[in-house]
Amino acid sequence: MSILAYNGGAMVAMKGENCVSIAADRRFGIQAQTVATNFEKIFEMGPQLYVGLPGLATDTQTVMEKLRFRKNLYELKENRSISPKVFSAMVSHMLYEKRFGPFFVEPVIAGLDPKTYEPFICNMDLIGCINQPKDFVVGGTASAQLYGMCEALWEPNLGPDDLFEITSQALINAFDRDAMSGWGATVYIIEKDKVTIRNLKTRMD
Amino acid sequence: MSVLCPEIPAPGFSFDNCRRNVMLENKGLVLPKATKTGTTIVGIIYKDGVILGADTRATEDTTVADKNCEKIHYIAPNMYCCGAGTAADTEMTTQMISSQLELHRLYTGRVVRVATANQLLKQYLFRYQGYVGAALVLGGVDTTGSHLYCIFPHGSSDQLHYTTMGSGSLAAMAVFESRWKPDMEEAEGVQLVRDAIAAGIFNDLGSGSNVDICIIRKGGNVDYKRTYDEANKKGQKQNSYKYQKGTTAVLTTKVVDVEEVTVRRIETEEMDTA
Amino acid sequence: MSLAIRPYYPDYSTVPTQHHFNPYADNGGSIVAIAGNDFVIIGADTRLSAGFSIYTREQNKLFSLSGTTVLGCSGCWCDTLTLTRILKSRMQMYQQEHNKVMSTEACAQMLSTMLYYKRFFPYYISNVLVGLDNEGKGCVYSYDPIGHCEKATYRAGGSAGALLQPLLDNQIGQKNMLNVKPESVTKERALSIIKDVFISAAERDIYTGDSISINIITKDGITQETFELRKD
Repeated sequence: MSILAYNGGAMVAMKGENCVSIAADRRFGIQAQTVATNFEKIFEMGPQLYVGLPGLATDTQTVMEKLRFRKNLYELKENRSISPKVFSAMVSHMLYEKRFGPFFVEPVIAGLDPKTYEPFICNMDLIGCINQPKDFVVGGTASAQLYGMCEALWEPNLGPDDLFEITSQALINAFDRDAMSGWGATVYIIEKDKVTIRNLKTRMD
Repeated sequence: MSVLCPEIPAPGFSFDNCRRNVMLENKGLVLPKATKTGTTIVGIIYKDGVILGADTRATEDTTVADKNCEKIHYIAPNMYCCGAGTAADTEMTTQMISSQLELHRLYTGRVVRVATANQLLKQYLFRYQGYVGAALVLGGVDTTGSHLYCIFPHGSSDQLHYTTMGSGSLAAMAVFESRWKPDMEEAEGVQLVRDAIAAGIFNDLGSGSNVDICIIRKGGNVDYKRTYDEANKKGQKQNSYKYQKGTTAVLTTKVVDVEEVTVRRIETEEMDTA
Repeated sequence: MSLAIRPYYPDYSTVPTQHHFNPYADNGGSIVAIAGNDFVIIGADTRLSAGFSIYTREQNKLFSLSGTTVLGCSGCWCDTLTLTRILKSRMQMYQQEHNKVMSTEACAQMLSTMLYYKRFFPYYISNVLVGLDNEGKGCVYSYDPIGHCEKATYRAGGSAGALLQPLLDNQIGQKNMLNVKPESVTKERALSIIKDVFISAAERDIYTGDSISINIITKDGITQETFELRKD
């Protein structure tokens, strides 16, 4: 078994028209045994910036703390909120520093630019290679299933309501076919004036 | 360490996690693989400079991780570098050497030579004994003419007139071996590079999507053609899979309003000297 | 990562070199099947590959066993050739012995037995068998390499099976959706969904592409169709 699959977890982020979504399951497991069903893998890094860290749960939390520390220092120094682009460059360099002894997380970043409100999504591999596509990014143990769902469901110019339904359906149906993730889901829809956080009803087996 | 006076972090790689990771590996957990760029990358020298080409697919095992990634990296205004191998390594290595060369340029006040970039890259890669998995095709022009280098992950390099690298290198080299000749015209050269990359895209499963081309002309004029040719169009979907509102079962909803921060610009006043 | 700690120098190795023979090859390919009330559709991509190279872009992976039964195979191609050859001869022997064509259910059971017969040196194939049952209703049987058989109404298998299956769950099985009335899928919709899932799989799975061959089985017989995919 891969270390990235030790605790399990699925994650997806999508671009819409003037909005972005990021969603993850809520399972925390140790190999095949589910330990908790309220585990958060998505963290707020700004009013309109969220980072998801699927992978080994201990590293999820360590990396989150490190990122929050660095982001806070940046904001104190610069006296402005961090943009998603700068933030992802920071994550990438932090992970690549540990090229030969990596953290086992594959980050997913979603947000709106604080000035232009331009939608931004990206993901990385565990040593910080950034992938910044125009449509969607996925991560975690159900990534194959999510790729299949998102490729079929995603289309350009989705509004916030359509984006929510498509992100949720892609995630739920994908992790239902993955034993290592599921047990509830959280979906964040990030818009210019508000962020909507929904907990979804899913199969709990 | 104080927050207000942070320690200056040590440069270079950090090996903090290595012992832990080896422990995990010894427990029988498999270490994950990083994203690779299966890749076809090529370069040729033509009459008036250098042409570099690359496909745009990045793979993670047998799935495509990035359908349109950028594999021709900026090194200096007169130099570009294609990267194959571990995606993060090619990206970070070229970024770092690029920054070193810029400092070198500022220090010497001259256009940096391609040979210098080659030397820096190979010395860096040799130091890491191939563990930094970057296979590079470096091309550029300087006062001594047009140059093309092919640099291997272990730190050896060749200077060539035409070269290919990556998993699609054989398919691309077949095209070069049959059609490359000295002192080609630009249009002819670009077509040859496109065909070599296309050979890689279609015949090698590790390469795919689009063709990127970068032309570096003598005198330092650069023409970077991102998505020069869209070799493969995505299939047209038959259905739209939009859902009706309320299809997904929601347990709780929380709305967080984002306050709009307005920044008022204060115009500077003339100093009162009266 | 262990290499980073303990360097490996093959030229200076002191342990004896061991050679292994791997009898299996993974030639890739994906299969999707959807059954309806009076029809069943099966589609397979036509790319045959190994490692990073393509052997052929036009390999049919669907084998019609009778007028109402079709088998789709992906995995180790040499095993597919052998299995289908033996299957066909068994079908012929059955017909000559019993003076009737084997039914889809019987076919499904025979395939399971034949796969389990090689329990300890299995055929490395992901099989999907489709056909019409005795009432003319479409049915899909899927197998693991050693003969576990499961009857379903829709199924995806092969190298992109994980990518394709959740979309079928959602669009055909109507899973995880509120406010939808259960209805069986029409032939036209099943056909368009098969094309769409293959378009998606060809984007992300390097072993799926080139084109798909589709067999549509109704009481009037089997009709064939092809559909182009991306070729990189």
